[in-house]
Amino acid sequence: MTSFSGILRRLHIDGPLLGGLLLVCAVGLFVLYSAVGESNRLLINQAIRLGVAFVAMLIVAQLPPDFLRRWTPWGYAAGLILLLLVLTKGDIGQGARRWLDLGIRFQPSEAMKLGVPMMTAWYLHDRQIPPRLGQLVIIAVMIIVPTLLIAGQPDLGTALLIAASGIIVIVLAGMSFRLMLGLAVAAVPGALVLWTFMQDYQKQRVLTLFNPDSDPLGAGYNIIQSKIAIGSGGLFGKGWTNGSQAQLEFLPERDTDFIFAVLGEEFGLLGVLTLLVLYMFVIGRGLYIAVQARDTYSRLLAGSISLTFMVYVFVNTAMVTGLVPVVGVPLPLVSFGGTSMVTLMAGFGILMSIHSHRKLLPH
Amino acid sequence: MSGLLSPIKDVHSERRQFLARVILSAIISLLLIGMVIVRLVQLQVVDHELFAEKAQGNRVRIEPVPPIRGLVFDRKHRVLAENLPAYQLELIPEQIEDLDDTLNRLASINLIEFEDIPRFKELSRSGPRFKPVTLKFRLTEEEIANFAIQRPRFPGVDFQPRLVRHYPDGEFVSHAVGYVGALSTQDLKRLDPASYAGTSHTGKTGVESSFESDLHGDAGYRHLIANARGRQVPSDTSELLDSLPFDETPVPGANVYLSIDLDLQRIAAEALEDQRGALVALDPRNGEILALVSAPAFDPNLFAVGMSTSQYRELADNPDRPLFNRATRGAYPPGSTIKPMLALAALETGATNLTRKSICHGYFQLPNDDHRYRDWKPEGHGPVDLHDAIAQSCDVYFYEISGEIGIDNMHDYLDRFGLGTRTGLDIGGESSGLVPSREWKRNYFQDRDNQRWYHGETVIASIGQGYMLATPLQLAAAAGALAMRGERYRPHMVAAVEDALTGERRMVQPERLPDVEISNDFYWQFVIGAMHDVMQGPRGTARAVGVGAPYEMAGKSGTAQVVSIAQDEKYDDAELEERQRDHALFIAFAPLDEPRIAIALIVENGESGSSVAAPIAKAVMDAYLGFGDDAP
Repeated sequence: MTSFSGILRRLHIDGPLLGGLLLVCAVGLFVLYSAVGESNRLLINQAIRLGVAFVAMLIVAQLPPDFLRRWTPWGYAAGLILLLLVLTKGDIGQGARRWLDLGIRFQPSEAMKLGVPMMTAWYLHDRQIPPRLGQLVIIAVMIIVPTLLIAGQPDLGTALLIAASGIIVIVLAGMSFRLMLGLAVAAVPGALVLWTFMQDYQKQRVLTLFNPDSDPLGAGYNIIQSKIAIGSGGLFGKGWTNGSQAQLEFLPERDTDFIFAVLGEEFGLLGVLTLLVLYMFVIGRGLYIAVQARDTYSRLLAGSISLTFMVYVFVNTAMVTGLVPVVGVPLPLVSFGGTSMVTLMAGFGILMSIHSHRKLLPH
Repeated sequence: MSGLLSPIKDVHSERRQFLARVILSAIISLLLIGMVIVRLVQLQVVDHELFAEKAQGNRVRIEPVPPIRGLVFDRKHRVLAENLPAYQLELIPEQIEDLDDTLNRLASINLIEFEDIPRFKELSRSGPRFKPVTLKFRLTEEEIANFAIQRPRFPGVDFQPRLVRHYPDGEFVSHAVGYVGALSTQDLKRLDPASYAGTSHTGKTGVESSFESDLHGDAGYRHLIANARGRQVPSDTSELLDSLPFDETPVPGANVYLSIDLDLQRIAAEALEDQRGALVALDPRNGEILALVSAPAFDPNLFAVGMSTSQYRELADNPDRPLFNRATRGAYPPGSTIKPMLALAALETGATNLTRKSICHGYFQLPNDDHRYRDWKPEGHGPVDLHDAIAQSCDVYFYEISGEIGIDNMHDYLDRFGLGTRTGLDIGGESSGLVPSREWKRNYFQDRDNQRWYHGETVIASIGQGYMLATPLQLAAAAGALAMRGERYRPHMVAAVEDALTGERRMVQPERLPDVEISNDFYWQFVIGAMHDVMQGPRGTARAVGVGAPYEMAGKSGTAQVVSIAQDEKYDDAELEERQRDHALFIAFAPLDEPRIAIALIVENGESGSSVAAPIAKAVMDAYLGFGDDAP
């Protein structure tokens, strides 16, 4: 054991976090195999993506937090430029302009998922916190500019998650509750403005949330079928690969956004609680790392990465169970697809780097 | 806080504050995840049964299993309608890349017709994409062999076995048995959708139509696991098949036994071949139809198999109207075939007596009118009594007594024989014919001049001309009533209905109708004797047919004018279009004393009842009574 933990330490890997992530991924692959119709090809495909993402995590874990902090503004600036390029030259897929082809095809909005919390943490690193109002305005601009650029693609889900990751940094930095309340009140007209800018399908999704049965074959279909899948799973589920909703294709997007419903149908309440416990372990370990961090940048960044992951989990599970609108957020590390996985694991790489590089400063 | 010295950060207070915020975030996170968990408990525990039911309803599809249609037999248990396995050509829309191209290529190798392509395109687009569209119901051996070679060129097109209604002697029984055809949208409105789910064809005419409810049976059901698009999933995903409700097996249709005799049908059909006409033979003792033939006939298998548009048009547009059932729907002037019935009316009403004689000069004139009502025999029959008037079919005798009988008495007596009303034959689709009366004319016509009944109209009514119309079926029933001396039965074709599973038979009981009451039984004797002499007497009109037969028979010929001939114009059939020639009619029954068969027939434009129609009636009677060519 000593040699094993020694290897982990030398590789800057946090054992408990790695363990939690591996368990989540294992459950994910297990469910995915059923959701993709027992296709070995797609399962291997996903396993390879997970492998790539773990390698990314490993590489990022080797980079000391100071190094990351120093390069943060440059990375953020590059991200903004890429987002502008996407809006003018990006490839269109499914009605949205999200992809950029610079030798390799990628989504710059993914990089910004880390770029925004890093930038806000960088800005607050050597300033007195809680931040003053003037500083908050500057931070707000740092958050709002990429958010609007991404919302314009349009990719509302990612935009909201990126905004959330930035806001989490300010909240963790100790912004006063009075100010938060004021901003929340101010957000109401802001939401109305946002509503006018939303595409019709986005509006429809919000409306469908409140009454899915109003359009049972259209926009409400996903939620209705997903609730049937989860509800019919009961306590222990129908058994692996035996979920009729999933296997008979009643459940749409069952290998991507709605994979949580497959888990609920085939493994029941027991299955979904197991996954949620694993997620909460990962989030808890992340927050522990944040609390243990030695400097402001590391602290805020680690806290934001952990809590943003929590937001992912909440938004997806709440969406699939019909608590919030269908916003198209995948279930992290479980849903089929690779782009967001690399970003996620890179984020966990940052957490590991922060934890393993901390110097034992005297208090 | 420490205002002026702000560049120096208070590390301890920052850590404390951060810890507080992290704890707060953790609590909020737990609350949010807790919300999701509460929701999951609500869905998976509280409302579990509701959603389990919905999931079950989603995946189980009920597929109807059509019943096997009942068979139709003749009176000697020979099959008239059966179900044969055949191969049909099907197209599965979702497997077709280019529908237009596929259909065009199928048409170019003559498997379908070009003009049907739009119909098939419509069908392919209307249903579910995985549901096969039938392009051709029955492929010939040659077509199967031909397509088998070409099959790789037609992905998504294939042949499939199924049961097709088949009529082995279709052409001989087409108007009696009728046919089944593909269900139309009108049929679907009329029929019980549950019972017909899965059925492709339904009876359209004849016994097939009127006994549809017996022949069809009831659909069964299979429960299938279906995916979101309604397609059946293979049953090897066995766990999914658990807890399916039980299937219901279909109830096969009942077998129907007809009273008709295929041999008689064949003889009549062959005798009427290449002509237009109809023949109905029945058993006067119970009303059972022995033969019901309308010519020209058609092949009912064409409807069961499905025709191309051009094939159907050929049938429907044929000027000889093969689809028209002349036996039940053809209303013709009955001509002299009604003379025996009018003779009874005349005797009963006292318009004449058994001995009164007239001198026939070949024509008759009403007082104060120079119109000549002509006899069929221009030189006249000379002195004739009522017996001679029937046996030799003297028109002048009847012209003379017509005024004394009167049109309303004529109507009354012919009505008692069933003329002018539908017989109620169990295959339906009858014409009622027409027996005119003063009242009828008043109601039928609008203007006053036409509403009046003229004496001249009574004169021509006495030889079955003018307004009078009767169907061959009505005349056969009337011939039966004559044979039975007034005893009448409702004609029917179905003798028994047999449960296909238990073999239990429900026999159809003969339905006796009100007798034709004649006060003096000798009048029957007299009239039947006269009809006997028509066929076997020294001067009978049809003695050429009847004399020498090994049994005694009775008959009466009729010749009905199709066009009225102008006064004094010489009848010259060579100048007339063939279709304007007289219709030849004949009624007959035999044996004389114990009648077993009564017949009526018409040969359109056949000119002479005695020489054209009578031999056909004789051939049918010979066969039925066992004196036919085939008889030992």
